[in-house]
Amino acid sequence: MWHDAAVMAGKDLRIELRSRVATNQVAPFAMLVLILFAFALDPDRGILGRAAAGLFWVAVLFCALLAIQRAFAVEATDGARDNLRMSGLDPAAIFLGKAGAIAAELAVLEVILGAGVVVLYNRSLHGPVLLVVTCVLATVGLAAAGTVYGALAAGLRVQETLLPLLLLPAVAPVLLAATRASEGALGGSPADGWPWVRLLAVFAVIYVAFGIVAFGPLLEESS
Amino acid sequence: MRTRVLGTFTIAALALLAVMALVVTPADVNQQDAVRFLYVHVPLATLMYVAFGITALGSVLYLLPRTRARKWDLLAGTSAEIGVVVTGLVLVTGSVWGRTTWGVWWTWDARLTTTAVLFVVFLGYLALRRVSGDADIRAKRNSIAALAACIDLPIVHKSVEWWRTLHQKSSLLDEETFMHPHIHGTMYWTVMLGIGAFLLLFSWLLIHRYRLARLEDRLEDEGLERALAERRAEALAASS
Repeated sequence: MWHDAAVMAGKDLRIELRSRVATNQVAPFAMLVLILFAFALDPDRGILGRAAAGLFWVAVLFCALLAIQRAFAVEATDGARDNLRMSGLDPAAIFLGKAGAIAAELAVLEVILGAGVVVLYNRSLHGPVLLVVTCVLATVGLAAAGTVYGALAAGLRVQETLLPLLLLPAVAPVLLAATRASEGALGGSPADGWPWVRLLAVFAVIYVAFGIVAFGPLLEESS
Repeated sequence: MRTRVLGTFTIAALALLAVMALVVTPADVNQQDAVRFLYVHVPLATLMYVAFGITALGSVLYLLPRTRARKWDLLAGTSAEIGVVVTGLVLVTGSVWGRTTWGVWWTWDARLTTTAVLFVVFLGYLALRRVSGDADIRAKRNSIAALAACIDLPIVHKSVEWWRTLHQKSSLLDEETFMHPHIHGTMYWTVMLGIGAFLLLFSWLLIHRYRLARLEDRLEDEGLERALAERRAEALAASS
């Protein structure tokens, strides 16, 4: 199963590397969002700095939406979905592979956005361990939930509008917990952040488990 | 016919509730007349849980191979539709009550926030239901989405609960005070009557809406078959 998942993730990441959509469109979009936040919130009055953690995760959410749309758009053409179904790969492995590829893309985006926040919003890091753990768990949770909802909405006529409506409320706990935890890491006391990390871990575990179980039926009958 | 009896009972119970809530019960010491909102708000909130509970149950029954039947998905969808309306009403009545009692329309308290998320989540579910496609594929997709929503909501609740909390303690289901509630006498019984009356209303709506859903489902199936038969007849007539 792990081998299949690696094959799947490798395929998706290779497509992204070659098509350069992630590097040429999603990453610039992420930076753009950071700049737009600066326009919306006055940088001089310190609102921007104080809200940095939340803005960072909102930006990540928006980028995650794009990455998830992409991950399922590549399966939509040329009957790729049918081929996937016929490939004999374990659906659980397909889920893990797709989620893994999305998580890898998100991780790269988070590094870019993190650098952007430090430079543009003038924040310094206090608890790097907390921040890294938060990012890893939040990314896994986002990628897993995103893959489940992405597969639910994949191939529908209204996919572009339906996915945000389904996904964003579902990942609200990730936004909430990741923001609180990152606030702890960015300036507050890291000790306040750790309970939120636990919540992120629970979310990630639940959605990974749900995806592994549900992906088979989702893949087999949606067309 | 039996639904009509149920409807009659519902109207009678709601009328009795109106009398109890507006005339018989006294005004609260602290909340004054605003307390009367609770005779609607609390039953609606109870109904919300019942409605989404039925949605979850219907979805599970559809997904289990042994009980798979499209009627469970229809029941889940029907209940979710009523549930969303009820949740909207819970938010509105709660908001008006909050304005008179707390002085604000909205606070970011755990239960309010969870309810708002619940509302949006099930709006998404209803939007997903409305997407066209093969009926069985749709039913499976709907059921998985409903289940995902139900798994998600406890986490949402936990997270916003940690985030902040200001809402009143549950008035009825507090473990220590379940049989000795904070509220007394006619007020307590009026809330109970409200829950009963609204449950009647819910069953009545559910039965009607479910019947309609079944008919719609049949129309879709038979309409397709009829169209096929017509085309076939046309083809036969043309070839002979």
